[in-house]
Amino acid sequence: MKAWIAYWNILAKDMRSYYLKPPNISWGIVFPLAWTAMFFIRSGSGLDSIPALLPGVMAVSVLFGTTSMLAVTVTFEKKGRSFERLLLAPIPLELLMLAKTTGAILFGVANAFVPVVMAAFLADLSGITWATLIPVVVLIAVSSTFLGLFIAVSVSEVFEAQTFSNFFRFPMIFLCGLFFPIEQLPVWLQPLSYVLPLTYGADVLHASIHHPAHMPLALDFGLLTLFCVALFAVSLRNIRRRWIM
Amino acid sequence: MATDGEAAIKAQDLAKRFGEVQAVAGVDFAVREGELLGFLGPNGAGKTTTINMLTGLARPDAGTIRIAGIDCSGNPKAAQHLMGVVPDESNLYPELTGFDNLCFCGSLYGMNKRDREARARELLDRFGLADAARRKFAGYSRGMKRKLTIAAGIIHRPPILFLDEPTTGIDVASARQIRQLIAHLNVGGTTIFLTTHYIEEAERLCRRIAFIVQGRIVRTDTVENLMRQTEGRHVVEFAAANDAAALCKAMMTDFPNLRCQAVTGGGIRVESSEPVRVGPLVRFLEDHDAEVSEARKIHPSLEDVFVRVTGIEAGAMKQEKEKAKRGGDA
Repeated sequence: MKAWIAYWNILAKDMRSYYLKPPNISWGIVFPLAWTAMFFIRSGSGLDSIPALLPGVMAVSVLFGTTSMLAVTVTFEKKGRSFERLLLAPIPLELLMLAKTTGAILFGVANAFVPVVMAAFLADLSGITWATLIPVVVLIAVSSTFLGLFIAVSVSEVFEAQTFSNFFRFPMIFLCGLFFPIEQLPVWLQPLSYVLPLTYGADVLHASIHHPAHMPLALDFGLLTLFCVALFAVSLRNIRRRWIM
Repeated sequence: MATDGEAAIKAQDLAKRFGEVQAVAGVDFAVREGELLGFLGPNGAGKTTTINMLTGLARPDAGTIRIAGIDCSGNPKAAQHLMGVVPDESNLYPELTGFDNLCFCGSLYGMNKRDREARARELLDRFGLADAARRKFAGYSRGMKRKLTIAAGIIHRPPILFLDEPTTGIDVASARQIRQLIAHLNVGGTTIFLTTHYIEEAERLCRRIAFIVQGRIVRTDTVENLMRQTEGRHVVEFAAANDAAALCKAMMTDFPNLRCQAVTGGGIRVESSEPVRVGPLVRFLEDHDAEVSEARKIHPSLEDVFVRVTGIEAGAMKQEKEKAKRGGDA
């Protein structure tokens, strides 16, 4: 019970200090809007293309929103030593890191639904399977946040976190089947797609919005969950090894 | 805090290495419940590393740690609820107000909203920060930051408090207030582990002192016992404008019964087991073209004991620390 007081207050402080700041709110709206507009204009196929573009824009919004924030909430606080105060608190490291990442997960989920809200004014979204879309958005947010945590823990400067994030983020836009099918990638690149968590998230997103999945949904959900657990576990191990020296 | 006669803090054979540097090498000590132990040593002696190991911010390579009887060697989280930690640099949140910082720190120890808000107000009053409670921490002066950091360390009323250089780099009035607060906490029963490089601060506050040099404790004793070493010692300090180190060397050749040492600021300190006759020494210095502006009898202090035990000149240690602190703050 007492540990949950700490959990809630870490989350509330991060929401106030970082996520609900005007620059981040505007980023959360402008970024998905820009992606939507870019792909919409590029496709040139009119409003009919919106359902096909929506999964990719949602996934990219979550990926960029979550990974960018972790560089600030974790790397910046570590650099400024305020993270030490959290490490000195009598709460398990697992709960502490969940508290530090929950804000990013919520931010990512909110980012994902910005393009959905915008698309609702322009296209018929009645065919969306919400029962799979909502859980997969949450899982994509969790896996992207834990990827951001893994990156944040691996570096010591905020700029390094941003650079290292891009090393993962930009290839994922093209390799995970967000805007064109994985089968259209060169054969030698295709195996790489299957070691990236977003591939499985994108597959469920596509299935929820406009066409059947390439893989069984249970497999997508299972692998995505596995990625979440693995990334969190590796990040915790790195914190123990690198920060509690 | 019931420890059944066990020490509040007990470290045995603690060791820590960073690459090629052996930061702490087999440190042993115990702090009794309600005691204030001073941990005194120069920059890089291993004081902060020791505190980090005791509080769970660093993992010892070897040795055991018991806090209030709880073995924390493998699980540093086990006793963190009993500890308050004030690091050598303020680590509060610059974007939060003083009041919010304290409330947040209280929440980390599971305090409910009403308790932590009441305690935050009480501490802000006690530390003279009530007027600045709604100001952001980033805008506080250095002294105010130190005071709020200490307040944050005791928000949850810990029975054991670790203070790492609490008065370094702050103004005299704030340092004095902080020393009074430390003494008050100790009188109230809080066990305190204090690292400092201010020897006079350790002398004034602590009952026992451990000297640490190059990762090893070279002496641990009560202030009383340490001071006993200075009994029968006679010390005179000369203010002389010339090469003090060369003069010391020459003086010890001419006066083999004396022990001479160049001190910070160009002075010469002369020590003897018999009363020092000033006249011949002044004449000696003037014969060596030194302009003697002052000669005064020094009452031996803990600083003398420190210098004797560690071989480190205390004034130089203080200057080095202050410089490092200023550099760190810049």
